[in-house]
Amino acid sequence: MEALININKLNLFYGAFHALKDVTLTIPEKAITAFIGPSGCGKSTLLRTLNRMNDMIPGTRIEGGIAIGGTEIYSNEVDVETLRKKVGMVFQQPNPFPKSIYDNVAYGPRLHGITSKRELDEIVETSLKSAVLWEEVKDHLKRSAFGLSGGQQQRLCIARALAVNPNILLMDEATSALDPISTLKIEELAQELKDKYTIVMVTHNMHQAARVSNQTVFFLNGEVIEYSDTEKLFSNPTDQRTEDYISGRFG
Amino acid sequence: MPGQGLQTVSKAQTASKEIYDFKNKRVSIMNKVMPVLLFLCASVSVLTTIGIVVTLISETYQFFQKIPIFDFLFGTKWSPLIPPKSFGVLPLLSGTLMITFIACLVAIPLGLASAIYLSEYAPKRVRKIVKPILEVLAGVPTIVYGYFALSLVTPLIQSIFHSAGVFNALSAGIVVGIMIIPMVSSLSEDAMSSVPRSLRDGAYALGATRFEVALKIVVPAAFSGIVASAVLAFSRAIGETMIVTVAAGSTPNMTVNPLESIQTMTAYIVQVSLGDTPHGTIEYGSIFAVGMTLFVITFLLNILAQYIARKFREEY
Amino acid sequence: MNIFQDANRKQIANRRKTDWYLHILFVIATSIGVLALCALIVDILVDGIARLQPELFTNFPSRKADGSGMKSALVGTIYMLLIMAPISFIFGVGAAIYLEEYAKKGRLTRIIQLNISTLAGVPSIVYGILGLTLFVRLLSLDRSLIAGALTMTLLVLPIIIVSAQEAIRAVPKSRRDASFALGATKWQTVYRSVMPSALPGVLTGVILAMSRAIGETAPLVMIGALTYVAFLPDGLKDSFTVIPIQVYNWLSKPQLEFKELAASGIIVLLALLLLMNFSAILLRNKYQKNV
Repeated sequence: MEALININKLNLFYGAFHALKDVTLTIPEKAITAFIGPSGCGKSTLLRTLNRMNDMIPGTRIEGGIAIGGTEIYSNEVDVETLRKKVGMVFQQPNPFPKSIYDNVAYGPRLHGITSKRELDEIVETSLKSAVLWEEVKDHLKRSAFGLSGGQQQRLCIARALAVNPNILLMDEATSALDPISTLKIEELAQELKDKYTIVMVTHNMHQAARVSNQTVFFLNGEVIEYSDTEKLFSNPTDQRTEDYISGRFG
Repeated sequence: MPGQGLQTVSKAQTASKEIYDFKNKRVSIMNKVMPVLLFLCASVSVLTTIGIVVTLISETYQFFQKIPIFDFLFGTKWSPLIPPKSFGVLPLLSGTLMITFIACLVAIPLGLASAIYLSEYAPKRVRKIVKPILEVLAGVPTIVYGYFALSLVTPLIQSIFHSAGVFNALSAGIVVGIMIIPMVSSLSEDAMSSVPRSLRDGAYALGATRFEVALKIVVPAAFSGIVASAVLAFSRAIGETMIVTVAAGSTPNMTVNPLESIQTMTAYIVQVSLGDTPHGTIEYGSIFAVGMTLFVITFLLNILAQYIARKFREEY
Repeated sequence: MNIFQDANRKQIANRRKTDWYLHILFVIATSIGVLALCALIVDILVDGIARLQPELFTNFPSRKADGSGMKSALVGTIYMLLIMAPISFIFGVGAAIYLEEYAKKGRLTRIIQLNISTLAGVPSIVYGILGLTLFVRLLSLDRSLIAGALTMTLLVLPIIIVSAQEAIRAVPKSRRDASFALGATKWQTVYRSVMPSALPGVLTGVILAMSRAIGETAPLVMIGALTYVAFLPDGLKDSFTVIPIQVYNWLSKPQLEFKELAASGIIVLLALLLLMNFSAILLRNKYQKNV
């Protein structure tokens, strides 16, 4: 597997708080990488630097580098809007816009300048199909997205993210608000999507990381303690703290 | 304080006979009387409404015995003091609406833009300072605005439009507009701030810029709150009295020229009550008919605003 | 491999430009409100500061601008405050306690609550019409201090009730439970546990309502507060005037000197408002520290 994202000695501060410490990490292309660790360990913070969502929090300072496909994402070469188009994100709580199902999916493409109805129809259909939601909603695309169930809403949010044709999909505890069956559907979906997309997921659920991901990164207090193939990390961790965490001794 | 409750208990314990006597009569008097007294306090507000409605209806009814209601509602000439007397409310209504229209033209764009700035653009520190400053505008007494209109805004208008009179609708309308900016900006900003953070995140994560998030996500999501604030501001402008009395003049005038002097419903009521109009005359009755019109319009608008705002709350 | 290559940088640059222009537009719109406030204050200070002499406070109004004062208006405003404050406090807070602590959730309570919020939107001049009919004529209080104070009380009651309700609602339920658990009755709990905690918030609301009242002009014009009063009210049934009405009177005279007097009257009125608002803020800050 080829590395797509290279994180090099990344430090992040919220004001005086040192949230990420010397994080160095590579994330492989077209695979699922899971971030695990106790809450407050920095896993979500790192995820949000990958599409620069942290920019909006006042007092955030960043040192070090993140390169995606060889391009420094904090350099002037990259517009933050382009970055976010290429690095999609799905959030903890399903957050559909108070619009119709169709308009939710079409929102991103419209932002980025697609106006032709035919083109939009096509994007909406393929995105909803990729998110395995098409069959459930194809007959009422004009209905409000709020009428969908939680799991459907989350898949709609995935479709919305896919509609702008990203390379990377960030999932920030995307199943933590869902019931077990919906969770399973999203996990299966992630497995399908990894053939085309690079997926980085934050999860508070170790079993999910073990089930779904190819590579797992363990965070503690803003540091990367260990990262390796998922199978290896869970069966044969090198660091004592990793072992303590995955065997449930803390966290 | 809990300590005093304890004292009551220990007193009861010293008098051993009373230990099992749960009927403490001294206390129960307060418990019976206070709810009644407090209820009476609360009923004052209902009585006020009843008072307003009964007053307006009974006096207006008498007025309509003398002046046919049709002539009042659809008459185009308002000349209550100088014969031949005529009581057509439309000139007053058109004056009121012109002021309100100008005021909304000022307040709604400025208020909404301020709300968007404060809610979506301004750093926290700026917002914490600017929002209260804007709210001061709503706390300035209206007579002060009247002064402001006469001494600053009117001369300014006259220097631009030479045909403008000393009293004109434009000056009063603009100043009423300034006064109601905070009604639009504060209430709209509240509505926009209550749009969940996650919706903004969702849009930003798709590569939206700030104005796209503000105009395509936040404003539509807060739309009913924004509309409710605009309706309330509209209603406030209709009922505004002193600014128009001081700056808009006292000429009932069905005109569309904002540079002319006009008279609003409220200003007419003030004009009559300044003179010593005896009770029982038609002029005296006319202030109730005009007041009734004013009350009905603002009442309906306020109900409408509450209805819209309530619908908004149900969405989240 | 550069995944950002296919990006339409020109389209994004345009959107950013739009964002920047709109940002500027929003800042300008916001500053217009702030600038209007500054213009108003400067205008009034420039016009009125010269006439802000001791005579303004010690003299009665007169036909000539020089030596004209607003003693009767200042005293009238203060008397009105002194009458209004206790009455509106008792009725306003009583109503708030009833609605928050005693009222059962039902149709009647809902009607009262809806009625209060509707009353807050009734134009002040309509209260003047009510005061004129009810107090001046029906109760034959004439154009007196007490008629004015009662009219203004009705006007500010909805404001006081709503703010007092908020203050009472902010008292944690645990406070009430602790009191009940010690055997206190309902009224003891309300009077000794809830009200002491809610009082600063309630007072803040009352002060703000009072500051709304002393700036009101229209309802008092309606009930006939006189525009020219060269004496101090002696009892509740005397005629009176207040600062905003005195200002209105001066403002409606054509001579420039009276306009300056109006401006200096406004300075006094605004100073009074500032003082009241400042004390309300102090109270609120103290309150927030205590909770």
